[in-house]
Amino acid sequence: MTYPLLEAVKVAKDLGSGAAKVAALKGVSLTLNGGELTLLMGPSGSGKTTLLSILGCMLTPTAGTVRVCGHSTTGADPEDLALLRREHIGFVFQSFHLFPTLSAADNVRLALDVRGERSGSAKAKSREALARVGLPHKIKAFPGELSGGEQQRVAIARAIVGNPSIVLADEPTAALDGENGQAVMKILAGIAREQGRAVLIVTHDPRLLPFADRVVHIEDGRIVREECRGAKLQ
Amino acid sequence: MPLVFTLAFRNLFHDRLRFIATVIGIVFSIVLVTVQMGLYLGFGRTVTTMIDHASADLWIMPQGTKCFEDPSLLDMRERYRALAVNGVAEAIPVVIGFADWRMPSGATTPVFVIGSDLRAGGLQPWNVVEGQIEALSTPRAVAVDRSYFDRLGISGIGATAEIRQQLVRVAVVTNGIRSFTTTPFVFMDIDRARAHTGVPSGKATFLLVRLSPNTDKAAVRRQLLSNISDVEVLTPAEFRERSRTFWLFSTGAGAALFAGALLGVIVGTVIVAQTLYSSTKEHLTEFATLRAIGSSRRYIYAVIVCQALLNAIIGFSIAAIIGETIVQLTAATALPIVITQGLMIGLFLLTVVMCIGSAMAAIVQVTRIDPAIVFSR
Ligand SMILES: Nc1ncnc2c1ncn2[C@@H]1O[C@H](COP(=O)(O)OP(=O)(O)O)[C@@H](O)[C@H]1O
Ligand SMILES: [Mg+2]
Repeated sequence: MTYPLLEAVKVAKDLGSGAAKVAALKGVSLTLNGGELTLLMGPSGSGKTTLLSILGCMLTPTAGTVRVCGHSTTGADPEDLALLRREHIGFVFQSFHLFPTLSAADNVRLALDVRGERSGSAKAKSREALARVGLPHKIKAFPGELSGGEQQRVAIARAIVGNPSIVLADEPTAALDGENGQAVMKILAGIAREQGRAVLIVTHDPRLLPFADRVVHIEDGRIVREECRGAKLQ
Repeated sequence: MPLVFTLAFRNLFHDRLRFIATVIGIVFSIVLVTVQMGLYLGFGRTVTTMIDHASADLWIMPQGTKCFEDPSLLDMRERYRALAVNGVAEAIPVVIGFADWRMPSGATTPVFVIGSDLRAGGLQPWNVVEGQIEALSTPRAVAVDRSYFDRLGISGIGATAEIRQQLVRVAVVTNGIRSFTTTPFVFMDIDRARAHTGVPSGKATFLLVRLSPNTDKAAVRRQLLSNISDVEVLTPAEFRERSRTFWLFSTGAGAALFAGALLGVIVGTVIVAQTLYSSTKEHLTEFATLRAIGSSRRYIYAVIVCQALLNAIIGFSIAAIIGETIVQLTAATALPIVITQGLMIGLFLLTVVMCIGSAMAAIVQVTRIDPAIVFSR
């Protein structure tokens, strides 16, 4: 069973201004479904990050509409967008962006803290999320004491601890070796299939293809091809 | 511990050098403000020492008297007019004036003579450490403070000198009666004070009025003013206020102290603003990450304000310890620095306002932050 959680319709985005103005997206329509892991692939500069930013309510489109769990982002101000992000979306970044001065558990708990969840259960939830990504023993470790793969898993725990319907990841394995990349992808695939979330991963690494339910190819600001793969049937 | 606090605390201590620089800036600034305001309070207190130690319910003085040290004169006939008023029990004359103290060596130094009727006890030396007050009624006897021995060229009881070519002999020694003008006080009987300062025998500087029990002070004052012309009648509180206003504001001393304090505040604000700004700039990606994972602006402001408050509390605590030390070091000087509880609370609030005010530049910076930078860094 799949169901639309995130819908983009004819989204266009101009970046820069004046002579440096770039049409980064030129009418992109895309739907993300719960329970599905979607890969967004395309050459460098094709607009992948821009699309991810718009789907993740970090940028608003120049034209077109985005609906997040039924809420349109049209006319939303930065505070409204922050609210949509914290209620519905979890992010994973290429360079992790963990807080170096906070322990793994506190890094995860931060995502609950910004949601206003400060009770004792926040600590329990953070520990659970770390256990979910296979790091129950690293609760007290600081990012500097963790390997890249471990850091990215902490970042995934932070992305899912608030129970968002949508998880967006920009090149989550680019900074990792093959083995760690595979481990991270397994966790993200599990998050999609076992927890029914919509997961979108930007990558240009073909080794990730086996994990995808669907692959969307983008070139020069346009979606050029979409393929369904049977990964979820395995 | 709330995460906002943890984050603020760790951000702050992450760069020790900058943190130390910030705290030093705050400490300098607050100590400077403390010293200026403490001097202001100390000065305000010292200029009224004599008024504080006179036993009077009302002061009668010539019209336009600016302060205790103002040497304008009253006619002694006013004393009888004052005594004629119902409710006035006593009207004790006091004479003050500058004079030259000639040491046996021939050197001279200016002194400030205070003479009052010793039997009536209107304005007598206090904190007597050697000799007896009663000894002042013996011929030529004067009281001086121990702290001025060097200045006066004497070594203790029995020492002699000349004022206006007339011999004086030290009969009483006090401790801690210091003058903010640094001119030593010399206490003596009123008649000799007149002789030593050239005040005619029918004149006095002040009349200290004591009331009979259960008398209406306001009514007595009205009656005094209508009976005696060209004088003013002030309560001790009013006279204190007038002296203080004169010395602090007419002389510009107060304005200079406030200007110094203001300078301290400005320097402190600039230092804290600068370091908070650069600290925020350094952690900009972290703030963008917070924003990306959905934190509200208020959450981010809370982190920055929390950093500012930590700066304020740590800086203030150190400044308070230094301030307390300065208070103790200056306690025995002519211009003690005085820190009251009210000043302490005011300084703490000032530190907090200063630190939070300086957070503004940092806050404006994060307000403009674009969370999408987390993808490119
Ligand atoms: N802030 C910006 N200002 C102007 N042009 C930009 C900006 N960010 C990205 N671009 C341009 O937009 C296009 C799409 O960029 P991006 O979405 O980052 O591509 P990808 O992630 O696929 O490499 C590129 O041509 C890039 O140069
Ligand atoms: Mg990119």
